[in-house]
Amino acid sequence: MVRAYLLLAWTWLRASAQYPLSLTLLTLGSFAINGLDIAAIWVIFAHTTALAGFTLPEVMFLYGTAGLSFALADLLFGNVDRLSQHIRAGTFDVMLIRPVSPFVQMAADRFGVHRLGRITQAAAVLVIALTQLTPPASRAWMIPVMILCGTAIFTAVFALGGALQFLLTDAPEVANAFTYGGSQLTQYPLSVYGEQLVRGVTFILPLAFVNWQPALYVLDRDDPLGLPGWVRFASPVAAVVLGGVAALAWRAGLRRYQSTGH
Amino acid sequence: MIEAEGLGRTFKVRRTVVHAVKDLSFSVEAGEFVGCLGPNGAGKSTTIKMLTGILAPTAGRIQVAGLDPARRRKALARRIGVVFGQRTTLWWDLPLRDSFELIRLLYKVDRVRFAERLAEMCAILDLGGFLRTPVRQLSLGQRMRGDLAAALLHDPDLLVLDEPTIGLDVVSKAGVREFLLRMNAERGTTVLLTTHDLGDIEKLCRRVLLIDHGRLAFDGSVAGLRALVPGETSIEEVVTRLYLSSTPAGSPRIRPLPPADDRPSGTA
Repeated sequence: MVRAYLLLAWTWLRASAQYPLSLTLLTLGSFAINGLDIAAIWVIFAHTTALAGFTLPEVMFLYGTAGLSFALADLLFGNVDRLSQHIRAGTFDVMLIRPVSPFVQMAADRFGVHRLGRITQAAAVLVIALTQLTPPASRAWMIPVMILCGTAIFTAVFALGGALQFLLTDAPEVANAFTYGGSQLTQYPLSVYGEQLVRGVTFILPLAFVNWQPALYVLDRDDPLGLPGWVRFASPVAAVVLGGVAALAWRAGLRRYQSTGH
Repeated sequence: MIEAEGLGRTFKVRRTVVHAVKDLSFSVEAGEFVGCLGPNGAGKSTTIKMLTGILAPTAGRIQVAGLDPARRRKALARRIGVVFGQRTTLWWDLPLRDSFELIRLLYKVDRVRFAERLAEMCAILDLGGFLRTPVRQLSLGQRMRGDLAAALLHDPDLLVLDEPTIGLDVVSKAGVREFLLRMNAERGTTVLLTTHDLGDIEKLCRRVLLIDHGRLAFDGSVAGLRALVPGETSIEEVVTRLYLSSTPAGSPRIRPLPPADDRPSGTA
């Protein structure tokens, strides 16, 4: 699987390298567009010193970790949300005649480094936040763990969104609500949202484990919703469970695949 | 090579159930050259998709090269080559050479064998002139030759082609036909193709399967197919009459099956 992914990604990378100007512009464009997100956060803090009790560096920390997780998942697997396009164009049938998982083929399809723009932007925000927060090493170890788990959780959300498109081939946007919506949601402290929503993203679609719960540990903050302390360490569990659910959903979707034009 | 028994596939289209393929049984031995005929919507493509593991059947049983296609799709992919006339299996933006190299890596074909195979394909299909051209810039005839080569680079036992000659000019068509005959004769590759081109059937296929309303309506030689409409010698006319006589709903009226001794040798 990994080998096939790397082969396909490398082939696409070489193909895209034939258009260096387009590659540069796409990368810069992605960097700039995502830069607007952080500009919005700075605008908010021009009017206030705290957002739901969180300071600017803390919010930037949340933004950076969520952004980096999402950007990594998007770079590696984000393409699976194009399933309905592939189904309608008939290219999904072609993927099914190859001795490689269609999930891997779709993920690596048109792999492009232009998505590095988003990763660079999120990493830059995270670095700026960390220079101001300087969490002790006894808590900072959680940062790579949370980014890894966050990437896994977003990947699972992408896969779930893809699986959903086996049923809703005509409405891929429904899946986007969860993938891109989830990314937007986790950019802010979850305590700015209503309690019901926070419960939903903790216990149903576990986006709270992308950055919110582990960040409470890194930042040494109490949970505004009063969940027990061990929940902060549950990100790997959430990632594994959601990954399992996504894998099952994908398989079920593939079994129900109807192709086009009988 | 292929064993289908009571094969069926239904689709749900806005709450109504459509039987695309119903109770289809046939078998194909290794080395055969079989053509699949049938009006539009008869279930040919659905059958091809079930053979290749793209679609899971909703009824019956199918084995291709000893494997259940939908469950062992990846293992089967190494044993079969698939060509879709209506769309390419190559990577649109990659030069043909890169597509082939990628296929070599994905199918884990040995480098030396691959080089031999590619040289052979280039010679027979005359690919040399456009190996470095991106697939999207190829003419339909060139693309089809590229697709044929791609489907055979891993030396499959079975080649499945869905309308391989569609849209091709007479020269390209003849080239494709000659190539398929050669692969079947020299390598013993089993070939199953669907087509609307009766020239394909007459010039290529030792055995014809006629599918109508998702069922097998005829299985036998081209001569046997002709004999279904007494007094008619033009295959065009025979098939037209057969298609017209098929009822819009329910079971097909194209009958009967020819006696076993009418079938070409080695296919019974």
